[in-house]
Amino acid sequence: MPYDRGMSLIRIVLPATPLAVRETLSRLFDPPDGVDLPEALHSKAQIVLAEVLNNIVEHAYATYAGDIDLCCEFDDKGLNVLITDRGLPLPLSGLPAGNDPMEDPGDDLPEGGFGWFLIRTLAEDLNYDRTEGSNRLRFRVVPDTIA
Amino acid sequence: MKLDQTLPPDLKIVHVREGRIDAACAIDFKEAMREQLEGLDRRVMLDLTQVGFIDSSGLGAVVAVRKMLGPDRVLELAGLTPAVEKVFRLTRMDSVFPIHPQLPADLRDAV
Repeated sequence: MPYDRGMSLIRIVLPATPLAVRETLSRLFDPPDGVDLPEALHSKAQIVLAEVLNNIVEHAYATYAGDIDLCCEFDDKGLNVLITDRGLPLPLSGLPAGNDPMEDPGDDLPEGGFGWFLIRTLAEDLNYDRTEGSNRLRFRVVPDTIA
Repeated sequence: MKLDQTLPPDLKIVHVREGRIDAACAIDFKEAMREQLEGLDRRVMLDLTQVGFIDSSGLGAVVAVRKMLGPDRVLELAGLTPAVEKVFRLTRMDSVFPIHPQLPADLRDAV
C-alpha cells in the first residue's frame, strides 16, 4: 500500500474486508504516523471514511470480493476524497437519503441505519457516478464553521 | 475482544481493552458482553477510555448490549474519547445513555 506521510495526497488500495478497513483507518488516523489534523476535523474525517468504506464492504461487495481504491488529499481547509470500487452499483435511486434513525424510532431503539445519516451529516459535496463497472464516490470533509 | 472487569460495591465496570469498536468486531463485542452480563443484577458501566474510535456497527452493538439489560436497567458509559463522543452526540445516543465524564474517582488509578 503506497503511503507517504510527507505528501498531502494519500492513496491506499485495500481489500474490501472489515479488517482491512480498520487497518486503513488506523494507518490514516492513529498516532504516531496518522495525519495531523485539528481534533474536530480528525474525528469528522475518520467517521465519514469509516462509514463509506464499511458500506462498500457490506453492500457493493456483498456477493463477491474485490478492492477499494481510496485517494485522500489533505490540506488545511479539509480533505477531498475519491473512492473507487468495482462492486455492485448503488440502486438507481442513487445515494441513500440518510434519514435520522432517531427521528421516528418507534418502540425500540435503532441498532442500525446510522451509516448514511452520519455521512450525510458530516460530508460535503457528495457525488456518485457509475462508469464502466466502477462506482466512484467523491466528497469533501471540512472543519466545522464557527458561528 | 478483550474485556476486563472491576467490581466495586453494587456496580460492575467493564473495561474495553481495544482501540476500536467497529464492523470487524461488533459481533464479538456483543457476545463478549453477553457473557459479562450473564446472571448479573448490578449496575453496569462500560469504560470506553481506551476506545479511540467507534463506527455505526459498533454503536449498534452498544445499543444491543443496552437492550440485553432489559427495560429496568440502563447501560452507563464512561470515558468517551473525542471521536466516540462525537458519534454518540451526532446520533443523539448521548440522550439515551447516562454518560459519565470519567470513571469513579477511586478507580481511575486502579485500572
